[in-house]
Amino acid sequence: MPASARTIAELARAIRSGELTAETATTDCLERIAERNPAINAYITVLADQALAQAKQADAELKSGRDRGPLHGVPISLKDIIDLDGVSTTAASKVRHGHVAPHDAPVVARLREAGAVFLGKTNLHEFAFGTTNEDSAFGLVRHPLDPNRSPGGSSGGSAASVLDGMAYASIGTDTGGSVRIPSAACGLVGLKPSLDEVPIGGVFPLSKTMDHVGPLCRSVEDAAIVHDVLCGRAPSNGSPRNVNGLRIGVLRGYFTTLLDPQVAAAFETTCKALTAAGAALEEVQVPHAGDIAPIYLHIVLSEAAALHAKTLDSHAEDYNPNVRLRLEMGRYILAEDYLRALRGRDVLIDEVDATLVRRDALLLPTLAVPAVKLGALAVKIGSVEEPVRNITLRLTQLFNITGHPAITIPCGATTDGLPIGAQLAGGRNRTGDLLAVAAAVESLLRPNPSR
Amino acid sequence: MTIKTWLDAAIQDADRRNLAGLRPLLEALARSTSALRSADWNFDATGEPTRTSTPPDAR
Repeated sequence: MPASARTIAELARAIRSGELTAETATTDCLERIAERNPAINAYITVLADQALAQAKQADAELKSGRDRGPLHGVPISLKDIIDLDGVSTTAASKVRHGHVAPHDAPVVARLREAGAVFLGKTNLHEFAFGTTNEDSAFGLVRHPLDPNRSPGGSSGGSAASVLDGMAYASIGTDTGGSVRIPSAACGLVGLKPSLDEVPIGGVFPLSKTMDHVGPLCRSVEDAAIVHDVLCGRAPSNGSPRNVNGLRIGVLRGYFTTLLDPQVAAAFETTCKALTAAGAALEEVQVPHAGDIAPIYLHIVLSEAAALHAKTLDSHAEDYNPNVRLRLEMGRYILAEDYLRALRGRDVLIDEVDATLVRRDALLLPTLAVPAVKLGALAVKIGSVEEPVRNITLRLTQLFNITGHPAITIPCGATTDGLPIGAQLAGGRNRTGDLLAVAAAVESLLRPNPSR
Repeated sequence: MTIKTWLDAAIQDADRRNLAGLRPLLEALARSTSALRSADWNFDATGEPTRTSTPPDAR
């Protein structure tokens, strides 16, 4: 196993046992970046010198007895929409040309204090406004397992960096699924925390009422480690759960009617495995699930258009044409329709809350299709042809609207080896409980996450 | 404003701004807005009851 394919937890143990140092772990990642990034294009900016200096400092601190915790000396990447002091935050757009972050975003400051090593800034769909990573001023990102496919987005460079051994974890953002979609497509664990749990200051916004910051990792344990740091709290080591006795609501109807057959099969296999292990699975419905897409669209377009109005007028030609048109679309939404969508949000919050009464979590697929082919505009499932954007957002955007925490974990693969993800969602402001459930489910589906 | 009136005005404005590529997006948005407006949870001034509570079968 290459050193850079370990989990954070494994690396932390290896560093403390003397098997590895932060410097060697960082060097391994930088060598992997040099080897693979020209083909994958996961990174926009690589900070080799700074990362090595940080790693050496981390080693020196450990030697002198200062241990900052499980992220001490761990090399990670940051989606290039998050401010890192003194480094450009491009948001993958020419519009941001010349920008240099004046200070760390609060989440970066917390990671720095925890001893994380910053390898660089990763590629994304321009302004995080898309799910394939094809629209970037720095070129598209390729899936490490199939260069003709997208790794998903918008945090596609982040996912590719972790899958391909170019980082131990990455910090992404999720406004409609941008952490969970690429994590599912790349066989990773991706967490969207509860709304407002992790600060979004210093992160270029897309939709201020739906933006979240979350980690893309190789295991649920790693996601919990990073999430604790992002929240600014000490490692919580939440109460472990056992699959036996878990009460899980399985979302059907809208959530399972339009699935690639191999995704559907992997999901049903997951449900059977959980039942066989003693979990109590019960079918549940979100009565107004059919309204999710219109509600999401009217909120995200209105809020994104307001944020971009000035530069749409002054720098229109600097936008990717596809992203520019979607932003322009938002400028035509009427206030009354935006307010209808906000009303719809309240309805969906109540309905998701209701499905969680006396249950530990909800279970549904994360991504209705495996990683999509680059250049595809639509995906055909049976006789239905859906635009790529619609089908990729279909199962994740609900929890951005409602703010419930949600996590994707790998649950299988297609016959071509493309990963498939299962999604768990939990009660609002109960991300720790959700992580404990996810760890139990992961231990059943995938006992050795780094292998 | 009806959706048709809104869509006609939006397309006219987009054409004026040389954003012809917006037309199919605006047409898709109009379908989405139509779905939004026809949802049974919308408040309006007719005084007709709106559904605000979750039906028991969701629990």
